[in-house]
Amino acid sequence: MTIHSHMKEEHLRELMVRGLGGDQAAYAAFLKELSTHLRAFFRRRLVRLPDEVEDLVQETLLAVHNQRHTYERDQPLTAWVHAIARYKLIDMLRRRANHEALNDPLDDEPGVLAHSDTEAVDAQRDVARLLEQLPDRHRLPILYVKLNGLSVAEAAHATGMSESAIKIGVHRGFKALAALIRSGK
Amino acid sequence: MRTDDLIAMLAAGASRVEPGASSRRLRRALVWGMPCAALLMAVFLGVRPDLREAVLLPMFWLKLLFPVSVAALSFALAQRLSRPGVRMGRLPGALGSIFIALWLFGAAALGLAAPSERGEMLLGESWNSCPFNIALLSLPLFATAMWAMKGLAPTRLSMAGAAAGLLAGAAGAAVYALHCPEMQAPFLGIWYVAGMLIPTAAGALAGPKLLRW
Repeated sequence: MTIHSHMKEEHLRELMVRGLGGDQAAYAAFLKELSTHLRAFFRRRLVRLPDEVEDLVQETLLAVHNQRHTYERDQPLTAWVHAIARYKLIDMLRRRANHEALNDPLDDEPGVLAHSDTEAVDAQRDVARLLEQLPDRHRLPILYVKLNGLSVAEAAHATGMSESAIKIGVHRGFKALAALIRSGK
Repeated sequence: MRTDDLIAMLAAGASRVEPGASSRRLRRALVWGMPCAALLMAVFLGVRPDLREAVLLPMFWLKLLFPVSVAALSFALAQRLSRPGVRMGRLPGALGSIFIALWLFGAAALGLAAPSERGEMLLGESWNSCPFNIALLSLPLFATAMWAMKGLAPTRLSMAGAAAGLLAGAAGAAVYALHCPEMQAPFLGIWYVAGMLIPTAAGALAGPKLLRW
């Protein structure tokens, strides 16, 4: 291990351990840094499937989050994360292989090509389905502010809710979504 | 959804996590699975009637020591295989050496015995039911261990399933030893091992389907 990656490991591990202790800010910082490493990791391995990268980053972040009870504080974090990322990568490739064996991938569906380059950072899988389970007062603020990028004022105008109701809706909606994810959807 | 929003959402719901989850879950599997196996044994097979005399014999304890030590090591192995990025280390070798030690012991016993006794030492009275009874008694623990593992994060699914199966098989064999009247090492080396390998193979086959996450 080089000195550089050793320091990175120590730094990430400290954030993760604080996160496991209930420090949400440290945990968010951990996930944020981790996502950049994951993106690079998957991008190197999915040169031909660039559109899968961001979905896989998100799936792996979800897996890291849901399985974080399997990380023990004395274990090298890099090995733990790497094993999860590899598992999710292989899982995705296997699913794709099965899917393509059943369906001709370029069947006469124009959508396949039409959507190829729109915003690589937007992954729709799963999250849209989770969002549908929320009540409107949580769902709409997240939809407008976080997904469509409206300002709080614009979202308030569009929904007829007050600005503070929008802010509270986003906050509580996130918590409710997190609870849905924790309970396994 | 943007990745940053996903992160904000995940972090917002992150509560404290207690350490030691994998060993806790697997221990809980044992706590539920073992009494069920003992109950199955007591109801369908019955404790051996001469248990009081048998506990005075060293062979009785050896017969228990073998499956118990396999169960202990496969418990540790199952724990490691339930956590991403943890190596198996020396456990497979240690497990292998328990079997080899039993086989050497059995071979020595056979070698020292009169040729006319050897058939009896190998087959005993119950060779044709022993492996299946062990497999039967392993069922409750097989179910609970698989359930425990499913809540963790195995990344090598066949291996993990096999370790859970071996744990169930070895624990089943330990319970079965309280019923079984056989007292010969060669018998253990063949039929007990066969009984443990049934759930092990089942676990290896079922792992990739049952343990996905």
